[in-house]
Amino acid sequence: MPPDRVPSPTLKAEQLFADYGGPPVVKNLTAAIPTGEITAIVGANASGKSTLLRALARLLRPTEGAVYLDGADICRLPTRSVAARLGLLPQSPRVPDGVLVEDLVRRGRYPHQRIFHQWSKTDDQAVLQALELTGLVEMRKRPVDELSGGQRQRAWIAMALAQDAPMMLLDEPTTFLDIAHQVEMLDLLARLNQTENRTVVMVLHDLNQACRYASHIIALADGRIEAAGPPVEVVTAELIERVFGLRVSVVSCPVTGTPLCIPYRHNY
Amino acid sequence: MTRTASLCTASAAGILALTVVGLVVGDFPVPAREAIATAIWDRGSEFDFVINTLRFPRVTVAVLAGICLAVSGALFQSLIHNPLVSPDIIGIDTGAAAFAVAILAMGLDNQWLPYAAFAGAVGTAGLIFVLSWRRGFSGGRLVLVGIGVNALLTAVITYMLVRFPIERVSAAARWQAGTLSSSSWGDARTLAIGLAVLLPAAFLLIRRLRVMQLGDDMAIALGVGLEPSRLAVITVGCGLAAVVVAVVGPLGFVALLVPHVARALAGTLSGGVLLLTALLGAVMLLSADLVAQRLFAPTVLPAGVVTAAMGGPHLLFVLRRFNRAA
Repeated sequence: MPPDRVPSPTLKAEQLFADYGGPPVVKNLTAAIPTGEITAIVGANASGKSTLLRALARLLRPTEGAVYLDGADICRLPTRSVAARLGLLPQSPRVPDGVLVEDLVRRGRYPHQRIFHQWSKTDDQAVLQALELTGLVEMRKRPVDELSGGQRQRAWIAMALAQDAPMMLLDEPTTFLDIAHQVEMLDLLARLNQTENRTVVMVLHDLNQACRYASHIIALADGRIEAAGPPVEVVTAELIERVFGLRVSVVSCPVTGTPLCIPYRHNY
Repeated sequence: MTRTASLCTASAAGILALTVVGLVVGDFPVPAREAIATAIWDRGSEFDFVINTLRFPRVTVAVLAGICLAVSGALFQSLIHNPLVSPDIIGIDTGAAAFAVAILAMGLDNQWLPYAAFAGAVGTAGLIFVLSWRRGFSGGRLVLVGIGVNALLTAVITYMLVRFPIERVSAAARWQAGTLSSSSWGDARTLAIGLAVLLPAAFLLIRRLRVMQLGDDMAIALGVGLEPSRLAVITVGCGLAAVVVAVVGPLGFVALLVPHVARALAGTLSGGVLLLTALLGAVMLLSADLVAQRLFAPTVLPAGVVTAAMGGPHLLFVLRRFNRAA
């Protein structure tokens, strides 16, 4: 582990309101992200999941309330000092034309560099480690736009890893991936959480994946928190009906013992 | 040696070679050995006037202006994530031209021309920036506003050209074509001062730009202050374009074209690629000026006509590739 890794920060939202210039999307929301764990934010479309994540990542300035990183208002902290503690993978980042995997990953080192500070050995190590963890060492000289969807997503994760922030926020990291690549991606995040003690916060669409991989679930409906806690405690048929308007049967997963939601057909 | 380093070396060699050619050829041929000697140490030579007053300043201005334009174009294209953007397309050159044409058409003293052109370029840049600002800044909006401003200023110029007496207006029309013919050491000094300030700034902005290329969200996540960085990139990019247009006049397509060539040869933006862009800018303007001088000799074309003639077809080629990719 590179020596300049800071211990995982604390992140919480207090009485948060956020919008995109229209009606509030997140309404009076208070939540704390448990340090060193995997948190999944779930909810129906337009329930405010991504908005909450964007506010937590300071991409969106709250209209009321605040997000606190290590006890300080995240919007008042110097953006670089936040970047050293908090990494982010947005839903659709931009791939510059013809950029190579390694070049992309190197850009993740930005928050650790200063104006006249040359590229250092630590930077090289962090990039190499990120490529190794994501299994991209062999593909480092390939253009990102020629990679498959799964590989490309791994390249972005590698970039976020090179940023070397102890806490990572991810907005739907499994979208556009087939089921095998989804599992591969989530396994990678679980491994990063276990072996490197990184705090992971992600927006997930798939409830069962959220239950399986997250130790903490935040369920949103209409911009408010319906339930928050470990999946075994909070995921019930009644909650899913409230959050998604869908009747399900919740059983214990035969593989992991985590809650597994099986939907009924609407006309059942 | 990496690919970018070899390309930079080759371009630097190209600049040297073209410089020598620029000193040697002309209506009054000077042997290469004498040309180099006169330019560098032999001030008493019989070729002193031809070399040190006419040709050497001219090739120096071509090199410096080429560097300015190419770097300016690279900054704009990286900032706006659009390969079809350059300072001349969003109206910086037209702004300078409007002021310069006003000076010439109203028959004011020519010594004010560079200052007026510079003021026009900077003023236009400021106007575009202010008009495209709405709760933050968007590159797409900047381009659209810029194209609008460009059209408006073009109309103003056309009005002045038809409104004022023909003998004044013809000088204005000539200036608008962009020519290196009357370049002096004073012009070279102005460009060198501009480059000394703005080129290091451009290189310092590269690391930020590389992150900003990943999209706004990613840039914020990685700790780039977006608005100040954008303002800095636009200031440096406009500054480089403004110095050139003030000294030489508008030279289209160099800023648009050269960054493409550099990208196609050496890949996505980095310090090395920016250096290559700068060197290729010098190569392009040097060769364009040589062609302008010699193609229909003794009739001399304005260099701007040649850069446009080289740029047009290339732009169509780029658009073709662009369409295929989309």
